[in-house]
Amino acid sequence: MITELKVSAIENGTVIDHIPSASVFKVIKILNLDSTGNMVLFGTNLESKKYGTKGIIKVSNKFFKSDEVNKIALVAPAATLIEIRNFKVASKTVVHVPDEITAIVKCFNPNCITNDENIPTQFKVLSKDELKLQCLYCEKVTDKKTMVIK
Amino acid sequence: MKKRSLVSISDFTKKQQLRILELAAEFEKNPTQKILEDYVVATLFFEPSTRTRLSFETAVNRLGGKVIGFSDASSTSVKKGESLRDTIKVISNYSDLIVMRHPREGSARFASEVADVPIINAGDGANQHPTQTLLDMFSIMQTQGTLENLHIAFVGDLKYGRTVHSLVMALSNFNCTFHLVSPFELKLPSVVKLHIKENNLEYYQYTNIEDVMDKVDILYMTRIQRERFSDPLEYEKIKNSYILNNDMLKNTKDNLRILHPLPRVNEINEDVDDNKKAYYFEQALNGVYVRQALITSILGVKS
Repeated sequence: MITELKVSAIENGTVIDHIPSASVFKVIKILNLDSTGNMVLFGTNLESKKYGTKGIIKVSNKFFKSDEVNKIALVAPAATLIEIRNFKVASKTVVHVPDEITAIVKCFNPNCITNDENIPTQFKVLSKDELKLQCLYCEKVTDKKTMVIK
Repeated sequence: MKKRSLVSISDFTKKQQLRILELAAEFEKNPTQKILEDYVVATLFFEPSTRTRLSFETAVNRLGGKVIGFSDASSTSVKKGESLRDTIKVISNYSDLIVMRHPREGSARFASEVADVPIINAGDGANQHPTQTLLDMFSIMQTQGTLENLHIAFVGDLKYGRTVHSLVMALSNFNCTFHLVSPFELKLPSVVKLHIKENNLEYYQYTNIEDVMDKVDILYMTRIQRERFSDPLEYEKIKNSYILNNDMLKNTKDNLRILHPLPRVNEINEDVDDNKKAYYFEQALNGVYVRQALITSILGVKS
């Protein structure tokens, strides 16, 4: 069977695979790919045997540091990170929810000071499986249902 | 000097908390000492709380310190749109310590990051009010001689009362047993109950105050507010069942003392006030000693 690439191959860079379709644009935002100068290719609602549909993002000439990329685990917990060098897979890793989350999630408590002043939010991750983020300021817990990416 | 703020009661270890209570007992014996003459303490009340502010200011004044500040944000540049960050930056240049009350949760933690001087949280929205917790602990210590192995009842609104949550958390380090009396709609949140369990302590839940009267050493009363009920009829049904009167104290332990964070409305009948078991006015006075202890400890005047 000939597999057709729905999103073109890149020579050097990073492929982020297995992103839930609904999270593709959130991942782009979290990694600031909307303001990068690198070539970015992405596809969403692609067929996936495992997940039904999935999204994929390819960033040319960019290799992420793990703390940088682990942030996306909040919205794409099963994402795979593939580093490409000379059109070949150089390494494959999975993402992990970090212990602390800075600046990307909004605190769900409307009365939290971070929603009033210009303050980067900070959360301690209380639980990774069933996502629970405790605000370092108001101490309230934001979960998957109440989580909004800034 | 290392900057040390008190934002949340858990910022202090059990040992540090006990040291503050020890110092408070010293100030109770000798409340007027001129040991803060070289210090300026700012009391920034972004929302009014007369009792708490006067308690802090009395604490500083009795030690000879100077107080600057405001009791209401409407008379300040906050009204002109100044950010909390800027207000705190400026006032930390004028003072050696900032006492702050603010309607937003997390404001005190943020201020402690921005300020060059220590911050004492005098209440940040519905979040924390650690000096209330310390004065409650001091009151229990003064009346019972210990904080260990006590039976403590909390009565009323256990769901929204931050004083209750913080005190339960703090007493979980002291092997206490908790008797929780509240209407069904105002039960203690499960996260606080989980904290009790994690410390291998026991709690019992009741809806009837009579069921705990002869069991406990401390009866901590709180106010039930009408607006907490989704169904006004429900409030009307229960509103009189959490009122303490003098007759109810008949078969209680000798060492029982009644606490209340004040202000009270009608949840403790005035006929209780003359009973020797009523301790809530002394409790309010204890706030001054505890705040003297805290301020002098944080400023490094006492260690």
